[in-house]
Amino acid sequence: MTVSILKQGAYLIASIQSALTDTEVIELRDSLLEKVAKHRSHGVIVDVAALDIIDSFVARSLTTVARTNRLRGAKTVVVGIQPEVAVAMSQFGLRLDDAYTALDLEAGIQLLTG
Amino acid sequence: MTEVRDEVRVRVASDADTVLARQAGRDAALRLGFSRTDATFVATAISEIARNITVHAGEGEITVAGLSEDGRHGLIVTARDEGPGIADVPAVLRDDYSSELGLGMGLWGATRLMDEIDVSSEPGKGTTVTMKKWRGFDEVGSLLGTE
Repeated sequence: MTVSILKQGAYLIASIQSALTDTEVIELRDSLLEKVAKHRSHGVIVDVAALDIIDSFVARSLTTVARTNRLRGAKTVVVGIQPEVAVAMSQFGLRLDDAYTALDLEAGIQLLTG
Repeated sequence: MTEVRDEVRVRVASDADTVLARQAGRDAALRLGFSRTDATFVATAISEIARNITVHAGEGEITVAGLSEDGRHGLIVTARDEGPGIADVPAVLRDDYSSELGLGMGLWGATRLMDEIDVSSEPGKGTTVTMKKWRGFDEVGSLLGTE
């Protein structure tokens, strides 16, 4: 299992365990959107600390999740972007529109519940 | 005087191969003395051009090798496919270009992440993308303490 999605009260926590293929990124996107609707979640945390890169495809998929959630009134928090990955995204010009970001899982939970 | 050495070759026919190709690029970059930040730039650029191969051409190959040229040292990535080709290469590399699926962004992004990029393509015959990254002082990497 490369991604686990856990329900924690009104929130969902998705933990990515390893580098993902594009197919796995699409599965993550769809399963997050499905679970947010099913559980009527108020927020989603996506822990991307295990991702070796965030390229245009991953950024676009995370943005789709964040935008869809926002339209439904749910928050999306991307946590744990590795420093090198953040620099590469910045150089590339990739953004995660409509998503919140936090340093780690704990800070992400605080952002949703605080 | 150009010297290419320690070439690593990855066949790219699926998105799982894309992961292997970008990992090979990162490993080669680190082995050649690049910072972790630069290695991530290389891996991200490879991910983009590998996706172009699987989506547009179906299959192809990516090679990564050490490169020394005119006293400079670095890394060269070559991506080859025999797919449909790109009719208007300069358009694909322009800032505002994006194809219907946003795939054009990949090649453009690679130009931001690498030091040199060359795209040669002939409609119906295929595409070859050559990207170079030179080793040098990595300002951002030093700031992050990842050197």
